[in-house]
Amino acid sequence: MSQDFKIEIVNPEKAFLSKEDITEVVVPAFEGEMGILKDHISIISFLKPGIIKVFSQEGEEKFYIDDGIMEFKDNILTILTSYVFNLKKLDKNYIEKSIEEAEKSLSNEINDQKRFLVNQKIEVLKSLTLN
Amino acid sequence: MPSLDDLKKRISSVKSTQKITKAMKMVAAAKLRKAQDNAEKGRPYSEKMNNIILNLSDGISDKENAPKLLAGTGDEKIYLCIVLTSDRGLCGGFNSNIIKKAKIYFQKILSENKTLKIITVGSKGYDQLKRVYKDNIIEKISFKDSKNVNYFDANKIGKIIINRFEKKEFDVCTIFYNQFKNVITQIPQEQQIIPLKTSDIKKKDSSSIDNYEFEPEEDEILSILLPKNISTQIFKAMLENSASEQGSRMTAMDNATRNAGEMVDKLTIQYNRSRQAAITKELIEIISGAESL
Repeated sequence: MSQDFKIEIVNPEKAFLSKEDITEVVVPAFEGEMGILKDHISIISFLKPGIIKVFSQEGEEKFYIDDGIMEFKDNILTILTSYVFNLKKLDKNYIEKSIEEAEKSLSNEINDQKRFLVNQKIEVLKSLTLN
Repeated sequence: MPSLDDLKKRISSVKSTQKITKAMKMVAAAKLRKAQDNAEKGRPYSEKMNNIILNLSDGISDKENAPKLLAGTGDEKIYLCIVLTSDRGLCGGFNSNIIKKAKIYFQKILSENKTLKIITVGSKGYDQLKRVYKDNIIEKISFKDSKNVNYFDANKIGKIIINRFEKKEFDVCTIFYNQFKNVITQIPQEQQIIPLKTSDIKKKDSSSIDNYEFEPEEDEILSILLPKNISTQIFKAMLENSASEQGSRMTAMDNATRNAGEMVDKLTIQYNRSRQAAITKELIEIISGAESL
């Protein structure tokens, strides 16, 4: 039996990615990174800013997401996110801009949960610019 | 009877109007394809979002403590209406259809002695509503500068709504927009987004109420997801609206071009007749002059 399942990454503008031959996906779930294999239990989880790693027959692909929600059911993994891009096509200007914006929003009054998410975002984005 | 010169002027003026309407039709047709494409691409997101929310709200056992965005404030006194219209005119009945639909709803609310608040998106809606409902309009938003519909703009509106909701400025929120069916038909829609009506969301397969695992807890996910859903719904409405606007403009301009063509034909016949009449008159004058000699 094959060990593949299907992944769909959707952002508001379009269906960003749809692939059938996925062997493993690692997502930045709210309470830590989570690896998903075929026949995982049905799950809905909230994602924090970070990197999605998609493993398929062709190798590994990495995507950055701003936020998101994932649902896994019947061997279909759906990830909804408001902003996503492939790490191969990263846009330095965008990253610098969003780091700036995120840092600005830290100075406003926000609750701890939001602060945690924003800090996380800055951290991930900064690590991207280093490479 | 207008003189030959007048007729000539009128014909050329109608012809140049026709050129403009024809050009506008072409532009609308090109934009329509893009807008329609975007609207179709945007659908999966809002559909999937709805599905997840549906599954989540089913999973919530304690309905009393459900997030207020889902359950409502418990009151139904203040209504907020978001009217989405275009920023440009010359698009047939597009804006008036939305306004008409919205006005019926406004009348209903006011007749029940409830408070009405309006936010207009797009300058045309504001222009049409300010005459009657000037005091009810609490905010007007316009995205004249942004070329295409984008999620960023929708998110801005979403945040405004959430902020006002958290300040308890309203109990029920409804959005008005045109749903794009095809180029000729656009259906004005009213959709209640706060509190969310889960019964409105069609269930695709009711048998699949799965036992999901949630991380973090259901209500925590919901409280994050629901505000996002507001923006998503508004984004969907904006996409549908922009496709409808172009479609409506295309048909309106097509009609205008055809009408202008008919008018040119009519005027040309009139012009030819008067020219012929003038020639005949001159001939008669010459003949009768010759006869009298």
